[in-house]
This record gives sequence, structure tokens and C-alpha cells, in this order.
Amino acid sequence: MTLNSKIPEGPLADKWTNHKNKINLVNPANKRLIDVIVVGTGLAGGSAAATLAELGYNVKAFCFQDSPRRAHSIAAQGGINAAKNYQGDGDSTYRLFYDTVKGGDYRSREANVYRLAEVSTNIIDQCVAQGVPFARDYGGLLDNRSFGGVLVSRTFYAKGQTGQQLLLGAYSAMNRQIGRGKIKMYNRHEMLDVVVVDGKARGIITRNLITGEIERHSAHAVVLGSGGYGNVFYLSTNAMGSNATAAWKAHKRGAFFANPCYTQIHPTCIPVSGDHQSKLTLMSESLRNDGRIWVPKKLEDAKAIQSKTLKPTAIAEEDRDYFLERRYPAFGNLVPRDVASRAAKERCDAGFGVNATGEAVYLDFAAAIVRYGKEQAYVKGLDENDESLVQSLGKKVVKGKYGNLFQMYEKIVDQNPYETPMMIYPAVHYTMGGVWVDYNLQTSIPGLYAIGEANFSDHGANRLGASALMQGLADGYFVLPYTIGDYLADDIRTGPISTNTVEFEEAENSVRQKIKAFISNKGSKPVDYFHKKLGKIMWNKCGMARNKKELKEAIEEISALREEFYKEVIVPGSADEFNEELAKAGRVADFLELGELFAKDALVREESAGGHFREEHQTKEGEAKRRKEYQFVSAWEYKGAPKDAVLHKESLKYDNIEVKERSYK
Amino acid sequence: MSSFLKSSIGRKIAMALSAFFLMVFILQHFAINILSVFNPELFNEISHFMGNNPLVQFVLQPVLIFGVVFHFAMGFILEYKNRVSRTVTYAVNKGNANSTWMSRNMIYSGGFILIFLVIHFIDFWIPEMNTKYIVGDSSGLLADGSDYRYYEELQEKFIPLWRVVLYCIGFVFLSLHLLHGFNSAFQSVGANNKYTKSLKSFGKAYATLVPLGFIVIALFHFFNNVH
Amino acid sequence: MNLTLKIWRQKSAKQKGEIVEYPISGISPDMSFLEMLDVLNSKLISAGEEPVAFDHDCREGICGSCSLYINGEAHGPDRRVTTCQLHMRKFKDGDTIFIEPFRAKAFPVIKDLVVDRSAFDRIQHAGGFISINTSGNTQDGNAIPISKHAADDAMDAATCIGCGACVATCKNSSAMLFVGAKVSQYALLPQGQVEAADRVQNMVAQMDLEGFGNCTNTGACEVECPKGISLENIARMNRELIKANLKG
Repeated sequence: MTLNSKIPEGPLADKWTNHKNKINLVNPANKRLIDVIVVGTGLAGGSAAATLAELGYNVKAFCFQDSPRRAHSIAAQGGINAAKNYQGDGDSTYRLFYDTVKGGDYRSREANVYRLAEVSTNIIDQCVAQGVPFARDYGGLLDNRSFGGVLVSRTFYAKGQTGQQLLLGAYSAMNRQIGRGKIKMYNRHEMLDVVVVDGKARGIITRNLITGEIERHSAHAVVLGSGGYGNVFYLSTNAMGSNATAAWKAHKRGAFFANPCYTQIHPTCIPVSGDHQSKLTLMSESLRNDGRIWVPKKLEDAKAIQSKTLKPTAIAEEDRDYFLERRYPAFGNLVPRDVASRAAKERCDAGFGVNATGEAVYLDFAAAIVRYGKEQAYVKGLDENDESLVQSLGKKVVKGKYGNLFQMYEKIVDQNPYETPMMIYPAVHYTMGGVWVDYNLQTSIPGLYAIGEANFSDHGANRLGASALMQGLADGYFVLPYTIGDYLADDIRTGPISTNTVEFEEAENSVRQKIKAFISNKGSKPVDYFHKKLGKIMWNKCGMARNKKELKEAIEEISALREEFYKEVIVPGSADEFNEELAKAGRVADFLELGELFAKDALVREESAGGHFREEHQTKEGEAKRRKEYQFVSAWEYKGAPKDAVLHKESLKYDNIEVKERSYK
Repeated sequence: MSSFLKSSIGRKIAMALSAFFLMVFILQHFAINILSVFNPELFNEISHFMGNNPLVQFVLQPVLIFGVVFHFAMGFILEYKNRVSRTVTYAVNKGNANSTWMSRNMIYSGGFILIFLVIHFIDFWIPEMNTKYIVGDSSGLLADGSDYRYYEELQEKFIPLWRVVLYCIGFVFLSLHLLHGFNSAFQSVGANNKYTKSLKSFGKAYATLVPLGFIVIALFHFFNNVH
Repeated sequence: MNLTLKIWRQKSAKQKGEIVEYPISGISPDMSFLEMLDVLNSKLISAGEEPVAFDHDCREGICGSCSLYINGEAHGPDRRVTTCQLHMRKFKDGDTIFIEPFRAKAFPVIKDLVVDRSAFDRIQHAGGFISINTSGNTQDGNAIPISKHAADDAMDAATCIGCGACVATCKNSSAMLFVGAKVSQYALLPQGQVEAADRVQNMVAQMDLEGFGNCTNTGACEVECPKGISLENIARMNRELIKANLKG
């Protein structure tokens, strides 16, 4: 099987318009005869389900949460990018396209990224019309903030809860269609397999998480908007329930899995507090607009801080190492995420970490408080040299900007970030890799589509801040609803898809067997034991820095752990009731396979690019070193076990952008 | 309108409107009663006017009775509906952590006020109706015809200690009821604006001063009984 | 820390439940409340018992999945946090902690501490939206300026996470803070005006149908709301309903 990305011909800027004009449409009367399944109801799945229903298709939407509103898109804080150029700072579709390709370390598809930049402005208009309360300035117009890796201000936001507001917008659009009966919503349902009939995706098998019932659902096409696989690391900023099962089952049924090793480690998360830790909490990247990142310059100071005999505020200015400002003077604290994370790791590995375990750096607002305080004192005609006045005025400004984040930090860490610098450390946040899709967002199984974080398409090897929300909504609102019509145009005479076929029967039986095996297993260790162990292997050997030796070890260890899992895992309760352990067991079983493919992909990719950093491939200054011969997408075909997966390469061409060394100095 | 009154919010607004009416009535009642402390003659004259003016007797009085009955009936209906909306109750519930005792116990303060009202009706309203409409004496004069009877009747009622105590307790419950009810009524009709803060203070003052005034009147007549 | 947990156990919606006592030790004050329950569950599983079922997902206070009525308060004794962000340092060594599900007739128990809050979804289906199709041809986001004040108030109303603490806390199991917040978000924005009358009437009708109680303005919901949604939103909903009825 060869990969065909189906990128339309013609100049970059016209590709999407031309494509839309040429593809087949389904007439409104016929749309009523066509069913579409959407799995996942986050920004991508929710917006797609709503839009497809508006168009007239019969949509069945599935989510494992108790309501579509709880999908993890809700946790995105900072904002959403759009090339509106409201600030008049020279932004444009091309510049957003350029920044995204460069930010992704030249490992994404030009045509996809350009389309993303093109529709970004529609997203803002659409969301405003839906009643999303974006932040506005005093003149009543939309406000923007800056994010890492770019030189313009193009990020739209709603306090520190942009993801929440955008998701509630998509959810409201869904609600309207659920009320009209055009979407049939299945909450607390988990997809456990894709059903492929005559080479086409024609349905799914689900488990009702309340009753345990195994159900067959058919449709003319299936859309996966099921999110990323960051939880393969156990500790991540993902929700506890975020999982890769839908994507992985699709992979096992023939969908290629692309670039699994591209994972984003976000630099500003709250550090791990102990073994009990169940998840990590992100602090918005917007904090880097004003916070300065540092560690002590002297090793003895760092040691004293680690043993809690020295306070950070007692370290003199000249004894602090503002390592991002030192290494990257042009972008300073606002370098892209992968660069900031690696720089923090480098300092901590050298022994300069600032918490008990030496795995944290400071994010300090003292300078910003003084700067804002003086500004306010001047504006108000007060004494700029009155220190306590400046402090109180400055804290007020900082509170106005980041109050909710500071409060969250204080609740979790029990330290006041206005008085002492915050401690932060990188954590797994987003996965750029995912199910391979062509330009139409169709996977290598006809009729099976993947959108949002579940696919691999737009971010290359690293995603810029505020681009995930943009991609999810672009796919769901403005791309998939058009491209899927081209495929469905052939299905207007097919009629309803029967679930009484051998294919559905086979898929259901295999799901039932797996569940039965878990329930009847005579093990002694809970699912979390294995998940945590997998997470440790992934973090230590497939984390921020990787090398050949450790990746090989990781592959062996994961494979051994998987064997142990099937022997030793215990799942209490029965299959026909609410049973979270059973649901978790299925998810971890898939992570145990995905993790191995992840390591294999990282091993094969003999270069450093974005979130994938191979120690063997770095410049003298320790920066990532790309290699021309790896300018391709790795798309893996399932062949039974992860070690047998077959690599297909989709080479990447850059006709509209010069491939350069990515520099933020 | 009937569908409006069937909706939860419609009922709540109706509850508030009857409350406004009753609060105005209480203020009016208080204003007349306090005269008995300072100026028995004026008290007598106004009492006579209220008791014999056809507008007051045949329009306002029925409206008042309807208002009282409506407020109580609706209060009990809502309480019932609210109770059945939680069939299994909590083993531990810390209501005082997030709300006032008054707000959580309107049904009890209201219930006691109802008991008080029954006694109050037996004490004053029923004899009054009897004298005027059954006996047929609308003169408002004492038996010897020397003066209006209202002041004297009032003083007489406050001779027994038990009644004074009962009335005082009744006013305490009225105060507790108003401490929540006054502002609650405004919130129910959607008044929540820049005046809310001042209105809250006014509500507290109203809820304490008016019942306190009634208590003062009762005690005054108990201690200054000329008979 | 050593604690005594008294947890509501109920096998399914149909079976009767009861409070069961579990002693637990070795709890770190840095744990979140849910991580403390994780510890309990891992012990139960290892002992071959069924773990305590509870809803949770993002564990950063935004998805609204977690619930729990802890020692008589929704989301426990701390303010402006969900249970997942409540930390054990808020408790003392030796404490007894009662853990119950959010209770309301409209929130039936599914299992143990898990309740069915789909009534909230159905209220939203009735009118929690602005009727606009996705087209890419809507007017420019800046075409209608919206005062910062109105946008900020709409945002404050929109921060509701739909956890149901307001219902659980309310002595009447009233959902008016939740519905008021959604009605307010749209009522404050020009986009929401066109359908304002229908929206409030439909949403209130659905709310009543679901079996929630009435609001008696105790204000408990505002105090216990993890996002600090203001009572003003209920007042606004009441005004909107009056307006809608006067229009006919």
C-alpha cells in the first residue's frame, strides 16, 4: 500500500478554494439518508458533529464522559491563534503559516498548514457569533495577547479559560442539534473497535459504561475526534480518562499511525510533589509574557535551596541564571515550548534544580511586579520610589492578568507566588503524532476520518502555543464537513448499514473476549501499577532527550511489562456494571502497545526535530539538529505486534518556505 | 398567566409580590399602632376610620386576606415541592457554612407567624367583625358612649402576661422571617443592581426595627395599663 | 495522616445504599482529595474488594466531572475549588470524613458516589445556544463592539463548569444558579438578544420538568460554587423571564 496525501494541485494559496470547488457534494435531501458516527466530543469532535448535523446528516456522537462539555479541550487555558491582524502588527495568513511550519521544525505538510492559517479567521467570527465571550478592550473590540515562538500578537483569549469557552461554544452548537434530533448523543459510551466492511469503515462497537452493555452502531462514515495519547506517560496534563483506545483500535484495523514519537513537553507545569501524584497541572504559557525563568548560578546555592536552607528571594540578582534570556536573547522567555523545556531540563540535569528532587526551575514575577508598579505609580502621579506602594500597585496588575492561575498554584502548592517565585517543570502536554490522514483528513481506511489531536497533520514535530484549539476547530467546523461530502457522495444509494453482518459479529466477539479475559484474570496488581510503570519507562527513556541505547531498552521493557500485565493484572467487579477498573484496563492495554511503537519510531528517527530530541543529533550548543534525509512523515502499518510494524514514508516538500535551521537566538 | 404561575420562577415572583404587599401592610399597621403609645385619641380616630371606611373594609381588607392566604398557601406548596426534590437526604449537612439560619427556616418562622396570626385574629379581628356586622354596632363607641372603644380594647388585651409573651415571640419570628424575606423578595423579582447594597441595609433595618416597635407597643400597654 | 472515611456505597441505581467505614493511614497533606481516594481504591483492589466509584477526569478544576459532598459541603470545606483541587492539608490527622454523592431527585445515583447529571444537558438542549449555522461567512468578530463590562460579565457567567454543586448544596435542590448563568451569558451579549425570550422560557420549563426544586434565595449555591458564579445571574434570569412573559 502506498501513501497518497491527495494534496490538490495549484498554487499554495489557492489549493483549498480550488479543492472545495471541485469536490463532490451531497444534495440536502440525500444527506438525510446518510449516517455519520463521531467519536469524541471535544473541540474537533464537537464542532464536527454540530456542523455535520447542521448540514443535514444523521449524526451519532459518542463520548466516555457524562457530558460532551467535559471533554479535555475544556482545560486549554491560554488562547487560540488567528491571522486577523487586528493589532496591525504585520500578521497575515502567510505569517501564521510560516510560524507554524517553522515552529513545527519543518516536519508538517505545507498545504495542510496553509489551509489551517486560512480558515483561522473564520473560527473567530464563528465563535463570536455563537456567543463565546472573548476578552475585549475598552473600545469593545477583541483583545489579543502574545504566545511563544512568534513575533506578533494574534492570540484571542477568554481569561485563562479559552478552551472552556470554545468547547462550550461547540457544545452549544451540538445542543441545538441534539434538541432538534439531528444528533443522537451517547454519553458514557466508550468506543472499543472500528468495524470495517468491504474495506470501508462502517461502524463501531461500544461499551455502555453504566450498564456494561456491548453495542453495535453503524454508519456510512466514522470520524475519530478522540484526542491524543499523552497519557502513555501516565503523568501528563491530560485528563485521567484521556486515552488512545479509539485511535489505536483504528490502527489495528488498518489505519496508519504517524509520527508517534512527536510529543510536546510543556515547560510551565507544576512540579511533581510525590509518588501519589495522579496528574500534572499546567500553568498557561501566557505566564511567560511576564515571568522570568531562572535557576541559581552557583551550585552551592542550588544545593542549599534543595535542602530548604536558603530562600530564593535571598539570592542576589547577579547570582541568578536567567538561562532562556541568556541563551535566546531574541525570544527570551518566549521561545517555543520544546526549546524552553529542554533548556530547563539541561539546567536541572546539571544539578541546578530548585525543589527537593532537583526537578524544578523558578518562574519569577518580582521584576514584572516592580515594572507594572512603577508604571501605575507614574500614571497615577504617585511616588515611583516608594517601594511598598510600587509592590502593592504591581501586584494588583499581575493579579488582574493572572489572578486565577496564581490562585490555582497556591491551592496546589501552598505557596504564595506573589511573594516567592513559582516553581515549574516540564510535563507531557500534547501529542503531535497521531492517526495518519490525507489532505481530506481521511485515514488509510476509506470512510474513517481523524480530526483534531487524534490526527498527525498540522503541527509537525512541535506545536506552537494556542494552535491546538485552532486546529481542532478548523478540522471540525471548516474542513471535515466539506471533505467528507466528497466521500459520502458515493453512498447516497447505499441505504442504512446493517449491523447484522459477520464483520460486526467478529468485532463484537473480539471485544467481548478481551473484556472476559480481564474480568476472569487471576492477577494481583491493579491497573494503575502497570500504567505508572509504563509512564516511568516512557518519561525516562522516551522523554525530553532520547538515545539509541535507552530507546532499545525501552522497547524491551515495555514489551516485558505488557506480558506481565496480561498475567498479573486484577480487575475487580463484573463486566455488566459501572466498572472503571475494567475501562482503565482496556486503555492501558492499548497504551502498552502504543508505547512500544512510540519508542520504535523514536529509534528509527535518527535526527532531532521539535519535540523529538536525539542526544546523538545536536549542535555544539546543544540545539536540535535536523537531517535532510529525515524530511518525511513516518506512517506505521500494524502487523500484529508493535515490533513488526511496517514503516511507510511520506516525504515532505517545501515549495513556499525555505527550510532553515530553526533559530530563536 | 396560568403557565407563568406554574413555572418555578413565576411562583417565586408571585411569592415576592405578595410579600411586598404584606410588608407595606405591616408598615401601615405599625404606623397606626405606634400612635396608641403617643396619641390615644388619634389612634382611636384612625382605627374608627379604618374600621368603617367602605374602601378599606370591602376592597382592601379582602385583598389583604387574599394576600395573606396566598402567601401562606404558596409558601407551603413550594416547601412541599422543594422537599420532594431531594428524596434521600444527607447524613451530614453543614447548612450554616454557606447560608443563614433565617434563610433555611422560612417555613418554621412562617409557620409560627401563622399560629400567631390565628390567635391575633381571634383576639381582634373576629370580635371586631362580630361587633360590627353581627351585633350591628358600627358606632365604634364604648358601651357608655363616652369615647371610642379601640384604645381601651387594645389595653385590655395586653393585661394577661401569656398573651404579651406570645405576641413578643410572634414578633421575634416576624423579624427572623423578614431578615431573609425582605431582600429575598427583591432578589426574586430580579432587582440586583447598584442599589442592592443599600437596599440590603434598609431591609435589615426594616426587619429588626418594625418587629421591635411592635414589641415595644405590646410591652408599653402591659406596663402602662390604666385599668 | 490517619483518617476515618465514611463513604456512601451503593451497588447500582436500583439497590439500596449505606455508609461504610474505612480507616486509612499514610496520607500525605500534599495529596489532593481524589489522590487520597486513589490510595484507598488501590488498597481495596489489592484486597479483592470493589473500589469506590466516583466521577473525575481533568483533575485541574475545570471539567466539572468531580463532585462529592464532603463533611456536609459540596466539594468539601475549602472555597472556590472543586474536589480534585481540595488538598488533604485542609484536614487534620485523626479526622472522620463523611463522603456522600451529590443528592437531588434530578441527580439519581448510578453507583457509589457517581450520579447522573444529564438533566443539566437536557436543560441546555432546550435553549442553551445561539441559533447560528457554521458557514465561515458570519460577520467579522469585530463588527459589533461589545463593551468590556458586558463581555467580562458574560465571561464570569460562562465560567460555570456544570458540576452541580449548586444543586447539591441548595436545601431545595434548585438548579437556578446553573440555568441563570447560562441565560445570563447570552442575555448580556448582543448575539443572544434575538432568541432571549424563547431561550429563558424553554430552559426554565425544562428545568422544572427535570424535578429540581425552587430557589428560596438562601445564597448557599454562590458560596459553594467552585467558580464563584454570582447570585446576580439568578436575578437576571428572573428579570428575563418577567420580560419574556410581558412580551407574550
